[in-house]
Amino acid sequence: MEEVKEQTGHMTRIGEPAPAFEAVTTHGVLKLGDFKGSWLILFSHPADFTPVCTTEFIAFSEIHPELQKRGVELLGLSVDSVSSHIAWVRNVEEKTGVKIPFPIIADLNKEVSLAYGMIHPGQSKTETVRCVFIIDPNQIIRTILYYPLTTGRNMDEILRIVDALQTTDKNAVATPANWRPGDMVVVPPPNTQEMAEERLKQGYECTDWYLCKKKL
Amino acid sequence: MACVSPDGKPTESGTKMLRALKAGLGSPEEIANEAGLPLFRVRSGLRELTEAGLASQKGDKYELSSKGSEMLGASSA
Repeated sequence: MEEVKEQTGHMTRIGEPAPAFEAVTTHGVLKLGDFKGSWLILFSHPADFTPVCTTEFIAFSEIHPELQKRGVELLGLSVDSVSSHIAWVRNVEEKTGVKIPFPIIADLNKEVSLAYGMIHPGQSKTETVRCVFIIDPNQIIRTILYYPLTTGRNMDEILRIVDALQTTDKNAVATPANWRPGDMVVVPPPNTQEMAEERLKQGYECTDWYLCKKKL
Repeated sequence: MACVSPDGKPTESGTKMLRALKAGLGSPEEIANEAGLPLFRVRSGLRELTEAGLASQKGDKYELSSKGSEMLGASSA
């Protein structure tokens, strides 16, 4: 068991504080605390100069302005050197015209990868899988996504999750399946019989007492 | 180092932060607004500038050091 833990590191969970780090990045030495007060998407990729990762970096760069509007910063990571990261982002810009605007951690000693459980030995013992950690301004992990090495991430879903988290935080509601901004949201279920009866009089769109939706 | 070059001189973003300090802005948030840089870059950059002796920290605020002032004068000359 200990050997497995050494290979995989800590298993992070949503609702827990994001593990602190200080890491060398393409934008200098950054600490998790430098992002306090902003939302942060920390994501890992298997390796620089690989095809799926290149398409993902272009896609992350394309949604970067939308993320900025939502107060979200991006931070990439792989077990590559900072020189490799710099060479790769320069190559992406030269070949595609896309400038990578966010920093990338050079996690050569796997310190951050292991702290966040980004290495899944069933996929690769040396590379990080495609992880996404959405961390809120209080530096609590709010969402974790894992994608296999062969599947590029869906940027629409990442933006949708950010919108859902920010909407639920602001309005104390929940979001139903396939929710998109502008859709009706779910009113939290009542805790008492009295509340259940009251909510039926409140003008919500109710399927039954436990499933009520409203417009924001 | 993102804000201080290996030769000890501030980079473009480092110079922007030093100029903001010279203008009397002391908090990372104010400097980020003035310099047009993300807050995380400013927090990290201020650490570097302080370690290089170009800025100093007093509580939550930062100030331009005499070395930083000289460096800024030399870079704008």
